[in-house]
Amino acid sequence: MVASDSSGGERLLDFLKAPVAAIQDFFILSGRALKNLVRPPHYADDIFIQMDVIGVGSLPIVILVGFFTGVVITMQMSRALSTYGAVSQVGPVVMLTLVRELGPVLTSILVAGRNASGIASELGSMKVTEQIDAMRALGTDPIQKLVTPRMIATCATLPLLTIIADTVGLFGGFIVAYFSLRLTPGQYWTPAYQILAYNDVVQGLLKPFVFAFIVALVGCFYGMRTTGGTQGVGRATTQAVVAAVVWIFVLTTLITRVFVNIS
Amino acid sequence: MPIEAIIPEQKISRGNGGQPLMRFEHVSVQFDSDVALKDVSFDLWPGETRVLFGAAGSGKSVLLKTAIGLLRASAGRVFLFGEDITHAEERDLFGIRSRVGVLFQEGGLFDSLTVAENVAYPLLNQQAASQPSQDEVDRRIEEALRFVELEHTLDKFPSELSGGMRRRVGIARAIVTEPPLVLYDSPTAGLDPITANTIMALIAKERDTKDAANMIVTHRYQDGELMADFRYNARSERLEPVSHEAGGSGDKSLDTVFMVLCEGRLVFEGSQVELESSRDPYVRRFVRHDAGRG
Repeated sequence: MVASDSSGGERLLDFLKAPVAAIQDFFILSGRALKNLVRPPHYADDIFIQMDVIGVGSLPIVILVGFFTGVVITMQMSRALSTYGAVSQVGPVVMLTLVRELGPVLTSILVAGRNASGIASELGSMKVTEQIDAMRALGTDPIQKLVTPRMIATCATLPLLTIIADTVGLFGGFIVAYFSLRLTPGQYWTPAYQILAYNDVVQGLLKPFVFAFIVALVGCFYGMRTTGGTQGVGRATTQAVVAAVVWIFVLTTLITRVFVNIS
Repeated sequence: MPIEAIIPEQKISRGNGGQPLMRFEHVSVQFDSDVALKDVSFDLWPGETRVLFGAAGSGKSVLLKTAIGLLRASAGRVFLFGEDITHAEERDLFGIRSRVGVLFQEGGLFDSLTVAENVAYPLLNQQAASQPSQDEVDRRIEEALRFVELEHTLDKFPSELSGGMRRRVGIARAIVTEPPLVLYDSPTAGLDPITANTIMALIAKERDTKDAANMIVTHRYQDGELMADFRYNARSERLEPVSHEAGGSGDKSLDTVFMVLCEGRLVFEGSQVELESSRDPYVRRFVRHDAGRG
């Protein structure tokens, strides 16, 4: 009986060993990437290249999704609000939904799908073809050269992309409100603007900033630990996207909880 | 059948009081339950060439990576240029690594950079006392690529090159800083015999013109044989067979030490003559059957 409990405990420990080690490795990578922010050398060229890839490259899809999100929210909410004769409140509803939640989360998921996968596959390919080892052997810290620039670039661009998605979404909502619900621009924009509190803006910008760390570091983490050739690169890419999206939802819940308590 | 270890005593006294460029002291490397290197000890001296044979999975590449701290020893100590790097911080290793040239198995070239940018990489990114000027960088890139006879490929990307050409660019990148120690991981793996000989001739040329110490991992006996039996004549610009008269000053084979790894253990360390006369069945697998000097 005792032996059975003991072997069960060992099996549980063995089962937990890999995920615990992975979390530890993730925090070590994150710590080193953050420490490199204040340690030379700084690869400014790489940061700007990554800002172009992540920020400018994601712009079309972010605009498209942001616009249709605003359109769909307005159409859905107008039905619900019409029940209470409050269709004129569609502007504030779209504003709060986009700024607090859907803008940051949807934009981050899009960037995760596009860039966490891209980062994981790029770094994973470099890992399996010994380019990461070559970099270390040639006297360059791969975390400083590859991870930190991607982290900085994502943190700089994701909040900007979110602002753009929010703005375009609000505009999409206005199109529906104006042409379908027959609201005037004043009826849509004025209450939408008035409902926005400082708390909402902070929340709407803090979320993409936090998610940016997750998207970049999760992509880099899975890329840098890729093994098993091209199949391993594919696996790392999938894992990076899944993990980034799950963490985005977990963190948005935690951040929302904090802001709900504050308000 | 157990393989008999015939490792001779360490040649600690060699080098007239100098220190070896690389020293392994009872080094073991373990990945979870898999042991990749077991109690490996040897010294690599300035001007020496070491040829490391072993079957696939015997730990050859692990040994090279451990030598420059890309992998960490689980037990024992590794010294590079006299410094104990066994537990050194990654950042502290960059300075030491800049004194070592490395050719990786597949070249390890950065596929997003051109040939010129790949060769320039060590010059621009290694921790040096002073950064060279752009003119100096351009001159050394051209010089390194001319050495491997690829000066016409400056603007090409690695994907546009053949396997042999990629390996030659890898050599150019490894030697562009003129390091005193160059490590070659399977430089001829997967190449046709003619290209393989070209690569080995370049390595011998680099050894004899720059007087660098080399460690070459391979499973082809011909590679080691070429390093021991030929030297590059700068005047005639070709490889010539060396004289094997005992003690001859031009006998490069005296500076060529052969090692054989089997399942992570160093089972042979000695000269070409000792290798060819070995009766160990595993060691003999790496010796050409018609080898042996009368």
